[in-house]
Amino acid sequence: MGTVSEARGGPKLLDREGFLAVAMLMPAVLYIVFLVGIPFVMAVLFSFSDVSVGSPTIDRFTLETFNDVINDPVFRRSLQNSFVFTLFAQGLVLILATVLAILLNRNFRGKWIVRLLILLPWATPIAIGAINWLWLLDSVYSPLTWILREVGLIGAGALLGPRNVIWLGQETLAMASIIAIHVWRMLPLSTVIILAGLSSIPQDIQDAVQVDGASFLRGWFQVTLPLIRPILMVAMLFGIIFSFTDMTVVHVLTRGNPNNTTQVLASWAFYTGIEGGSLAKGAATAIFLMPVLLGVAILMLRVARRTEVR
Amino acid sequence: MIRKAGQTGLTYFLITLFILFTAFPFYWMLITTFKNDNELYRNREANPLVFNQAPTLDNLRLLFNNTNYQTFVENSLKVGIAVVVITVLLAVPASYSLARLAGAWGERLGIMIFMVYLIPPTLLFIPMSQIVSFLGLRDSLWSLIVIYPTFTVPFCTWLLMGFMKSIPVDVEEQAMVDGYSRFGAILRVVFPLALPGILTVVVFAFTLTTHEFIYALAFITTSSQKVISTGVTSELIRGDVFFWQAIMGAGLLVAIPVALVYNLFLDRFIAGFTMGAVTGK
Amino acid sequence: MAVVEIRQLYKAFGEVNAVNDVNLTIQEGEFLVLLGPSGSGKTSLLRMIAGLEKPTGGEIRIGGVVVNELPPRARKIAMVFQSYALYPHMTVYNNIAFPLRSVGMDRINIQTRVERAAKMFNIYHLLQRKPRQLSGGERQRVALARAVVREPDVFLLDEPLSNLDAKLRALARDELKQFQRQIGVTTVYVTHDQVEAMGMGDRVVVMNYGRVQQIGTPQALYRAPANTFVATFLGSPPMNLVEQDNCIIGFHPEHFLPKGIDQHMQSPITIPFEVTRVEYLGSERFLYGYVQGVGERTRVVSNIPSLVQLAIEAGRTYDFVADLHDLSYFDKMSGDRIAPVRLQIAQAAGV
Repeated sequence: MGTVSEARGGPKLLDREGFLAVAMLMPAVLYIVFLVGIPFVMAVLFSFSDVSVGSPTIDRFTLETFNDVINDPVFRRSLQNSFVFTLFAQGLVLILATVLAILLNRNFRGKWIVRLLILLPWATPIAIGAINWLWLLDSVYSPLTWILREVGLIGAGALLGPRNVIWLGQETLAMASIIAIHVWRMLPLSTVIILAGLSSIPQDIQDAVQVDGASFLRGWFQVTLPLIRPILMVAMLFGIIFSFTDMTVVHVLTRGNPNNTTQVLASWAFYTGIEGGSLAKGAATAIFLMPVLLGVAILMLRVARRTEVR
Repeated sequence: MIRKAGQTGLTYFLITLFILFTAFPFYWMLITTFKNDNELYRNREANPLVFNQAPTLDNLRLLFNNTNYQTFVENSLKVGIAVVVITVLLAVPASYSLARLAGAWGERLGIMIFMVYLIPPTLLFIPMSQIVSFLGLRDSLWSLIVIYPTFTVPFCTWLLMGFMKSIPVDVEEQAMVDGYSRFGAILRVVFPLALPGILTVVVFAFTLTTHEFIYALAFITTSSQKVISTGVTSELIRGDVFFWQAIMGAGLLVAIPVALVYNLFLDRFIAGFTMGAVTGK
Repeated sequence: MAVVEIRQLYKAFGEVNAVNDVNLTIQEGEFLVLLGPSGSGKTSLLRMIAGLEKPTGGEIRIGGVVVNELPPRARKIAMVFQSYALYPHMTVYNNIAFPLRSVGMDRINIQTRVERAAKMFNIYHLLQRKPRQLSGGERQRVALARAVVREPDVFLLDEPLSNLDAKLRALARDELKQFQRQIGVTTVYVTHDQVEAMGMGDRVVVMNYGRVQQIGTPQALYRAPANTFVATFLGSPPMNLVEQDNCIIGFHPEHFLPKGIDQHMQSPITIPFEVTRVEYLGSERFLYGYVQGVGERTRVVSNIPSLVQLAIEAGRTYDFVADLHDLSYFDKMSGDRIAPVRLQIAQAAGV
């Protein structure tokens, strides 16, 4: 039998925690630094400069761009729309997803197919999903309009008047449509996240609630809700990030029309910076997304800490 | 018993409402795909939710024969798979390092990396386009393969961190006592145990890449290099003319198989997410 | 097989010294038990021997070689964790084979060794199962089989019986001890259960607050605890402690018996005992109550074997006896053992 000294090798690189920590982390960090860090710094620099597609080098630094951006009424409208859009979409998603998750957490026949049908919106690339809605909300051929007409809400002397509903052409309705589509798109993911939270509640706690004879609602608010609060926060944060930075839905459905009433920050930055060619202005506009996202991030930190303490 | 029956009835009723909301657009897609132009545009009084004339396969023929649809699907798959591979290769070791090796600053660094995910693409977009040109990747699938990990890696690293933390340290130490180096223990014990988490991340990263639209729209103009999102929208919308039936067919053919796969993995995904985001963190 | 030497070992976690100046030599083939409450440093000590924790100061030698800088895999040790740490993704066979694969052993050799170990622990029929399909007792055997299969120099066990139910534990204790004797490997066993420690250890090391309190055979520790901590940590119920002036007098419950059955005692002393409660446990009787003759009125316990059929009722005071030779004496301030002092017993007090 060998002695210790004959055992293989002394400490090697692959035993050293410090080396491993760095070696395993570095590839990801370098990737992020090069492909996110550098563009991020560039974007910030752009926003303080006068670069455009015509003159893509930074000649001088200026605050004028910000000045221009802030004084632009379209920007203000977009900023406001971004908040309205995110707030409504997220509020709705959170409520609906919670209800849906409770339902899906129950046992019932046909659950498999139900899950499939509910997952569909998330399985569709959002651009395609949005085009689907564009067709669904068509001013002439919308089946929704047809249904409204059939049930007598549209027609001579009916509640909504004789004319077809121009879903995407009327200010409030267009915004409502955009919000609805976002809810449609985010619902599956949020539901799945909340479902994950529900399934993490230990069975004995669920049993205890039943044994205690608490009514469904009381059990829900006093036991389940506090337990899944961290994951609800996670679902909400995801939702906010997705909604606040997304421009695909707006781009496909309205391009901000009518009259920029559905314009959001992300799409406005895209139109001014990329399509309009004024890189500086686009970057400056996009920068205004940051404070909100930073707020989200701080919330994130607090949630993370709280869950850790638990 | 009565209460139970009432509850079941309510469950089914609410579920039906939800399904109407989520799946009705797909029914609309399905029925549109197989309608001919005449039925679609001319007969406005007829019920648009059923076939009033014989269904046709012409629109799918148009999709497959007159557009690069198959190429788009292939491209989407190529990009998705490549991005998933890069993501797993980068995020799995990084998440382990942050969760177990990096000590006190691991948590902070982990959150910083997650915050990278919050930087909106619209902001990065402009400099990114310059970097893509600089790397000579403009108009190539590679531009997407290089860029997409910038959002999949941070997110997946964060999710996997929670997962790694949920793996018992004992088992890892046992492997070290059993004759393996630290790295050997990670490779043979930790990573296999992290498989459900890795699977979750694979599904998620793939979804994120198929949903991405803006980079794909701006960086690729050649039809043969386009992915589904951009290809379908650009080739089947010619000026003001929308080839609705073909567009709907294109969407449906992607959505249904993907949803089936998701549904198959949903329980594992939920388990992975539970460990990653709920228990682990 | 190897001698394990530990010299001036320290381990600090931040401000706290988890292990504080430990010196210890574990003999070849010895079964040494580290006993202490949670947080006493016993597990940290074990983990430093395993190489899972780096000492802050001091030296660990295994077989004469300083192993401080060696990773666990190079120390020729085997360890069984409290949780058993079976690899959940591997079958029992692969779990046991895992340590052998690390040294690149060939397939046939691995199979022979795994099967031998499996037979030794009576788990041959479980080889194709996954850990989650096993009972607690079976898991423990798999963990042991995996530990012995490498033929380690040192065997480290971290509370390996604490996850078993009480019935199984007694059996497993016996098996484990027999098996250790059979293969004769140096063993370090961590536990907080004094019954395990007394029953299994060739020697027991009692630890508290990172320091070694006493090292000795179970009998020595029991008969002459080095301080009040050891005295109160061993035995069930533990030693009675009664204060008198600057000193604490200790006596075991089973050495405190009713007058009349003191024939075996060399120099019995009589102490009045006010019984407040009687507990019948089949093989013995516990009497709870107060003594007041010695120093302050103090709660003590008496343990009478069931052979003694004397009727004793709660609520009455009886004359009890203890042998002067069985008493321990401790310093009131430091708690350390001191030389015997003269006892003053007030016979009439409280009656």
